[in-house]
Amino acid sequence: MTEPQRSDVLIIGGGIMGASAAFFLRQRGKSVTLIERGLIGQQASGTNFGNVRRQGRYLPQLPLANRSRAIWGRLNEMLGEDAEFLPSGHLRLAYSEEMAGRIEQYGRDARPYGLELQMLSGNVLRDRFPFLGPEIRAGSYSPLDGHANPRLAAPAFGRAAKRAGAVIVERTEVLSVEQEGGSFRALTADGRVFRAEQMLITAGAWGSRLSQQFGEPAPLVVHGPQMAVTEPVPYALEPVLGIATTIPEEIIYLRQVKRGNIVFGGGIRGPASAETLRAYVKPENTLGQLAQITRIVPALRRLNVIRVWSGIESYLPDDIPIMGPSARVSGLHYAFGFCGHGFQLGPGVGDVMAELIATGQTSTPIEPFTIARFASKATNQTGGHE
Amino acid sequence: MADPRIVIVGAGPAGIRAAGALVAAGLRPILLDEGQRDGGQIYRRQPEGFTRTPEQLYGTEAARAVALHESFERLKPQIAYHPRHLVWNVADGVVHTISEGKPGQFAYDALIIAAGATDRLLPVKGWQHAGVYSLGGAQIALKAQACAIGRRVVFLGTGPLLQLVALQYHKAGAGVVALLDTSPFRRQVMALPKLAARPGMLVKGLRLVGGLMASGMAIHRGVTPVEIHGEAEAGVTGVSVRLASGRIRRFDCDAVGLGYHLRPEAQLADLARCAFTFDPKTRQYWPEIDAEGRSSVPGVYLAGDGVRTQGADGAEISGALAACAVLADLGRAVPEAERAALRARARIMERFREGIAEAYPWPAHLAADLPDEAILCRCEGITVGEVREAATGKGADEVNRAKALTRVGMGRCQGRYCGHAGAEIVAAASGVPLEAVGRLRGQAPVKPLAISAGESQP
Repeated sequence: MTEPQRSDVLIIGGGIMGASAAFFLRQRGKSVTLIERGLIGQQASGTNFGNVRRQGRYLPQLPLANRSRAIWGRLNEMLGEDAEFLPSGHLRLAYSEEMAGRIEQYGRDARPYGLELQMLSGNVLRDRFPFLGPEIRAGSYSPLDGHANPRLAAPAFGRAAKRAGAVIVERTEVLSVEQEGGSFRALTADGRVFRAEQMLITAGAWGSRLSQQFGEPAPLVVHGPQMAVTEPVPYALEPVLGIATTIPEEIIYLRQVKRGNIVFGGGIRGPASAETLRAYVKPENTLGQLAQITRIVPALRRLNVIRVWSGIESYLPDDIPIMGPSARVSGLHYAFGFCGHGFQLGPGVGDVMAELIATGQTSTPIEPFTIARFASKATNQTGGHE
Repeated sequence: MADPRIVIVGAGPAGIRAAGALVAAGLRPILLDEGQRDGGQIYRRQPEGFTRTPEQLYGTEAARAVALHESFERLKPQIAYHPRHLVWNVADGVVHTISEGKPGQFAYDALIIAAGATDRLLPVKGWQHAGVYSLGGAQIALKAQACAIGRRVVFLGTGPLLQLVALQYHKAGAGVVALLDTSPFRRQVMALPKLAARPGMLVKGLRLVGGLMASGMAIHRGVTPVEIHGEAEAGVTGVSVRLASGRIRRFDCDAVGLGYHLRPEAQLADLARCAFTFDPKTRQYWPEIDAEGRSSVPGVYLAGDGVRTQGADGAEISGALAACAVLADLGRAVPEAERAALRARARIMERFREGIAEAYPWPAHLAADLPDEAILCRCEGITVGEVREAATGKGADEVNRAKALTRVGMGRCQGRYCGHAGAEIVAAASGVPLEAVGRLRGQAPVKPLAISAGESQP
């Protein structure tokens, strides 16, 4: 048997969380190895909607989202690649007076966290965004939110981490993880052994398979987002649009990329399997989305959908992620289970986890996300959806 | 027990013969077809009011075309026939259609997919200019609407359709400038033993070549395409190829018919989750089937050119065989003598198909050698160089990764027309065998789905 590969930190799972953590750990001078079963950013990180949205999030998550937003703003310069981040604004819309009241309240509650939202309604809303449908009563506009290309962001972090000296091991499945004599050890399907002083598990839908080997299972369930894209048309819809609603069938969000295609998703989630690595879009869900999308922008009825897709996203019962140190094992850290709203957080999570691993603490509060909450009793919080 | 619900997709030779065999067994299948009328592509029926004779429309195949159309007229009252129904998705035992802008669903116990073929295309520098058509498109314009794609047309590519369409255009009075075939003549000679599996068809083929020789059009075999010349407004102005002699020659023209034989329309089989397998001879993935067209998914059967490019006669046989397989799997009586005869004929068709594939090979090296500046994906405007860069600079040594990083194959054709060449480019650039670069995963909708379809739901 060959000598085990050694590094300061071993990251398991190469989604946007793991890839950005690898990048930021290198910035802090740590030697890093990242092991990924498939390719970097291939699962939920590469198949999600691409929202870089802060508004509507669970409020205690806003400091993390703000930190991440700041990184998005200088991502291209930092990584030397374009992940198509467009700070185009985000408009959260309501059909009913009740939901209008809720998003207005959110705007007041978000202000202390440094998130400034503009509440728009009536003619002011319509003059500014004339493409909106007649059912829309009000909207909350977040000028500095936007969107990016999920297919590019995580791979760009992975390549930048590699250029900065991280060891990126793709197409390699981790069979087991354990702590042995004060250090961590991972055994891969091809028989290799990797050792490190600290370990970070960023394995998305497969995170609990690893955390339970340290006695900390997480109640993850998987779902597939129901995504679709239209043919390209001239760029006209600047902000990302999303409906705030309590009716699952009504949930819809859309964005237009600079190339012109309109990407959308929402509604009832579809079937996904962490075992077969497949996720599907149900035809009836696509048809349901078509009926909803023209309520937001009626002019879209003249376009065609050219492709749908899904991915494997993991959800927790309280709809917020697991992030932070293990409650049982010193030197072990987690960041997985982002409940369909991890893409915006990705760069911030990598930065915070690198800080935590390198210094033992972080300036960004992440206590609500501790895995310890599942050791006792689940709390009840609500988060976003995409 | 209620009669099983059997859905057939496609009213071409395979779908019609499958329907006929099921009706003969006392069943009433549902036949869904995208077209206005039955016949599929090869035996496409002209619109109402057009008066060309079967001989004008189908040439040497007129008798077969008429026979199929007449069979269909007899079948029509005994089946549930739904023309103008595009199948855009299949999932969980239900076929999803769009017709007149309205979505529909057809649940099935058995599904026979006979979706036909489209042109297998190979990019060439300049193929994005207006006036470049696929051979199939050029033929449909003529067959359906009695229109030619241009006044001075060059046909470029390889395969039986290249020669057939060139001669059909010539006979219809359209100006054919040249027939430029990438396959050298010796490949056709070498394939003769396999082509002799169908002596009658071989004779027809030789007559076709004779007709081309007598037509006076320029014919060059063993050419290497260099460029389709054109202008943004005027479109195509000419084609340059390197002749077998090594000399580069330009042919002035105003339209190009392009095609390298055919590829199965296997998207529905993919959405139905059928397993695919790599065929090293034609260098493509296609669905796995057994000798009677059973896919890897129980209850899903594949027939016709949508699974193996055997042509119309082979499609009729494979459609009838798929119906036999359905009957057998449902525990119904199967006409065993006919089934055995069909299987014997299917073997001949398969041998002939291999002969055609060898006579007119997919010129993989031409894809690998395309210049960086050539457009590969016309839908998304992606160049060959961008895909090469993703393969060599970003580690995209698998086609779905190349798609994710560059958008190649993400457009409205979903890689139908650039996918095979894209795979060759990724394989050559990353030094990985073609089989290992995989195939583009199919996604719904099979063809673009109007958002307005969401308005007419129950």
